[in-house]
Amino acid sequence: MKKSLISLVIATSSLLMAGVSFAQTAPQNDQLYKAFGEKAGLVTLMDDFMVRLLADPRTGPHFKPANQQRVKEQLVDQLCVLGGGPCVYKGADMKSAHANLDIKKSDFNALVEVLQQSMDAKGIPFRTQNQMLALLAPMHRDTITVR
Amino acid sequence: MKFSSLSAACAAMICAGASLSAHAETGKLLLTGGVSSIDGAAGGGLTPWAVIGSNATEGEVGATAFVTTARTKDYGLNVVGASVGIHDRYELSIAQQDFKTGITGTALGLPGLHLKQTIVGAKVRVAGDAVLDADTLMPQIAVGLEYKTLGSTGLDGTLKALGAKREGVDLYVSATKLFLGQSLLVNGTLRATKANQNGLLGYGATLGGGSNNSYSLQPEFSVAYLISKNVAVGAEYRFMRNKLETAGRTAGLGNGLRSEDWKDVFIAWAPNKNVSVTLAYVDLGVIVPATTANRKQTGYYLSAQLAF
Repeated sequence: MKKSLISLVIATSSLLMAGVSFAQTAPQNDQLYKAFGEKAGLVTLMDDFMVRLLADPRTGPHFKPANQQRVKEQLVDQLCVLGGGPCVYKGADMKSAHANLDIKKSDFNALVEVLQQSMDAKGIPFRTQNQMLALLAPMHRDTITVR
Repeated sequence: MKFSSLSAACAAMICAGASLSAHAETGKLLLTGGVSSIDGAAGGGLTPWAVIGSNATEGEVGATAFVTTARTKDYGLNVVGASVGIHDRYELSIAQQDFKTGITGTALGLPGLHLKQTIVGAKVRVAGDAVLDADTLMPQIAVGLEYKTLGSTGLDGTLKALGAKREGVDLYVSATKLFLGQSLLVNGTLRATKANQNGLLGYGATLGGGSNNSYSLQPEFSVAYLISKNVAVGAEYRFMRNKLETAGRTAGLGNGLRSEDWKDVFIAWAPNKNVSVTLAYVDLGVIVPATTANRKQTGYYLSAQLAF
């Protein structure tokens, strides 16, 4: 019992320490941006992404009424910034951009799945995909409007 | 509970989940509902996690059903079970374990003895999002209970002599975190339990006195590395209560009823959103070493889950 508790404390604290270095913060370099093929890579990725978003019955209805070209450009800028690239995101903040939309968590997850399909199609390695998704995932707080 | 009524209950749960989820697609990300643990709760194989089982996310209801088989040097375990996940917040589960006692049953004069344990579980997610809160250290946290009953068998007299009951309740708190950028999932569970060998040898023991009959706290850990969207590899370590050893010693069995921690390494594969298969190498330490020549109960574990 005492032994178990000591191990628990050691394991917990080592997990916490590991966690400190694991928690996602803004990138300090442009490695991720480069891994996504820089600006040109992001543009082709988002072109493919939008085609798939429109085709998927779960996400299509959300994107059909949107200005698709504008959404693509803003996504390129956003992923460019998140990846540490030399871009400036000039669009609205996530909260106000989604405030008038009905977005459930299942919609958010569906979008993640479609993005994974696009990243797979572009041959982006799984670990690299997850590094980008880790930066995008916290946006669930501002984009999911139906809780 | 008879096996047939349990199967009926499982079927009813699956139907309920299936009919509810038929109204809308369930939308959890692949493998983020975990797999089915041997006790029925969503998690890893040997330990529950803070994730809520099924494919249902917020505002949805989903269900799972599973079969698991494990073989060690001297024993075999078959488990069937089901669960319902509600709004990614509540989980209800049921499992029936059938433990083949092999050489130990024979040594006790009960050849062919099977121990049957039913586990009804409930879990509530109380905080956090294991997957999407990737910018904080905050894990997903859940609390749960497992109500376990051991069916009446020829072993009843032995358990009574040791002062072990045939029903018990485990309480646990779990914290699960996916470090998405690293593709690494970590879980820690702390369980308050009286169960001997997870309940297969009853709950508590009065023989030998002392604290043998009181709850003890047991930590359980899992780590999993995501190789791809649908394959994860990992390991688990579950500290086990070892209170029956003292009772056994008092009964003149030396360390013959000793138990040791449970460990495994696993690979889980989800070919699609509705199916997952988990294969593991398990080391359950000694289980009734008195009759098994102190052999470590190592072997394999295979589990298949349907999820909606």
